Amino acid sequence: MLSAVEITKVFNKGTINEVVAIDSLTLHVNDGDFITVIGSNGAGKSSLLNLLAGTYIPDSGTITLAGEDITTWPEYRRATFIGRVFQNPFIGTCGSMTIEENLALAYRRGLPRRIRKGITEKDRTLFRDRLSILGLGLEHRLKDKVDVLSGGQRQCLTLLMATLRHPKILLLDEHTAALDPKTAEQVLKLTDQIISELKLTAIMVTHNMRQALSMGNRLIMMNRGKIIMDAQEKEKVKLTVQDLLEQFSRVRGKEFSEDRILLTD
Amino acid sequence: MTAYAFLGALEQGFVFGLMVLGVYITFRVLDFPDLTVDGTLPLGAAVSAALITHGINPIWSLIAALAAGCIAGSITAILATRLRIMSLLASIITMTGLYSINIRIMGRPNITLLNAPTIFEYFDFLGLPRHVVTVLLFLSLVLISKFLLDIFLYTELGLAIRATGDNPQMARSQGINTDRMIVIGVSISNGMVALSGALVAQSQGFADVGMGIGTIVAGLASIILGESLVGTQTVPRQTWSSVVGSVLYRIVIAIALSYQVGFLHLTPSDLNLVTAILVVLCLMVPFLREKFQRGK
Repeated sequence: MLSAVEITKVFNKGTINEVVAIDSLTLHVNDGDFITVIGSNGAGKSSLLNLLAGTYIPDSGTITLAGEDITTWPEYRRATFIGRVFQNPFIGTCGSMTIEENLALAYRRGLPRRIRKGITEKDRTLFRDRLSILGLGLEHRLKDKVDVLSGGQRQCLTLLMATLRHPKILLLDEHTAALDPKTAEQVLKLTDQIISELKLTAIMVTHNMRQALSMGNRLIMMNRGKIIMDAQEKEKVKLTVQDLLEQFSRVRGKEFSEDRILLTD
Repeated sequence: MTAYAFLGALEQGFVFGLMVLGVYITFRVLDFPDLTVDGTLPLGAAVSAALITHGINPIWSLIAALAAGCIAGSITAILATRLRIMSLLASIITMTGLYSINIRIMGRPNITLLNAPTIFEYFDFLGLPRHVVTVLLFLSLVLISKFLLDIFLYTELGLAIRATGDNPQMARSQGINTDRMIVIGVSISNGMVALSGALVAQSQGFADVGMGIGTIVAGLASIILGESLVGTQTVPRQTWSSVVGSVLYRIVIAIALSYQVGFLHLTPSDLNLVTAILVVLCLMVPFLREKFQRGK
């Protein structure tokens, strides 16, 4: 459904800080896939999501969605099909605006923004209904500003906003990394619940190998801007943390000891 | 301060309130520091005055001034979004260009409107003195603008503009064309400022190319003054801050001009210094409040 073919992205080209973030990478995402992505720092996980979402345009290669070439589409246009949750809880929501205003913004994703009342009573009923799924009591706080919410609450709200209009694909960029372990666990559970209930296609970047193994139907390991492992369905079920560590040590060699610290849960 | 001076301050507070609401859109809603207003205020005045002296109906001249302001604002916004010029610099470029354009529009650096028709003539039937009519008219205009702006900022488009100013990354990932929102917002802002300039020209009886100097500082001073008293919790409160701040600012200026401090008698040329001190005092309020509370 979503395909990236031989995409490459180089940052600071021609300077001493040149970094090849994504190196002629090819990825075909099938309808209904829930892909977890792991890799050490600088492997290109976030860059991959940013390229798919249109935050960056690739230097070469093509990206197609449902057969349509979207390689040069700006981010806001791709947002019609793509829902996103970021690592930083502050990026996904507008702090100075109320919960219902944030949801109203998300509810018009992919639709024209008209000079009409931004929130109707009908919208509010729907928002309350959807917010109750979170189990955080936010359905009673529609008019509270988002900046009084905790990081975890903001991530839950962002997740809800990203899926309020059914996205063709949901991109999660280490969306629990900035949260405390207990909250992270709740957000992950919610993520799993929403993805399976709405039958979404999703890509989730994570640092946590246990998470990567327990969630989704497909696992991708990245290193230096390339995909070095792509385990699907049955193959993924058999994988263990030990397998992943071994795979890492094979490709990373002596850098491995440093990565081990970053990767173990 | 005499009652007449007080009425004058009110009149100025209301008419420049339109300008302050415009500055509020760029400065607070869009987080887009916009100095274009120093050029669009005289632009509005120039367009209105030039059209009136050419025999055009003063009401049409106001609409033309509003449109001219919108165009000037969109130029700044397009420079900033399409050409990726820093917003502050883009607005200075437009402002500089407008200086020449304003003289071109008028054909000379200023136009007097003495004995020329103005919008105030339409209210002569009320039988009220002219200076009362202007105060009432400007009060109604600034209140109508405030309420329309409140409604607009709660529309789908308004929400998208607010999101663009608050968090552009979030806005884009929710499918909002942030560049377009900036163009729309900065245009509306400068349209309001130009309308304010046109009304000022008609009430004071002349348009001058230099009348825009310090507009942005007066606008910011008014906003900050208003916010420290009215607060910023909701959009209607923020727009009240702009309107109330604008009136208070003009009253403070009028008071400063009417008193003699020792041998020092302030003149209109001291206004910019008074404004600067006022802004510093307002910015100190939250700092002092915190310090005071900690002291207890």
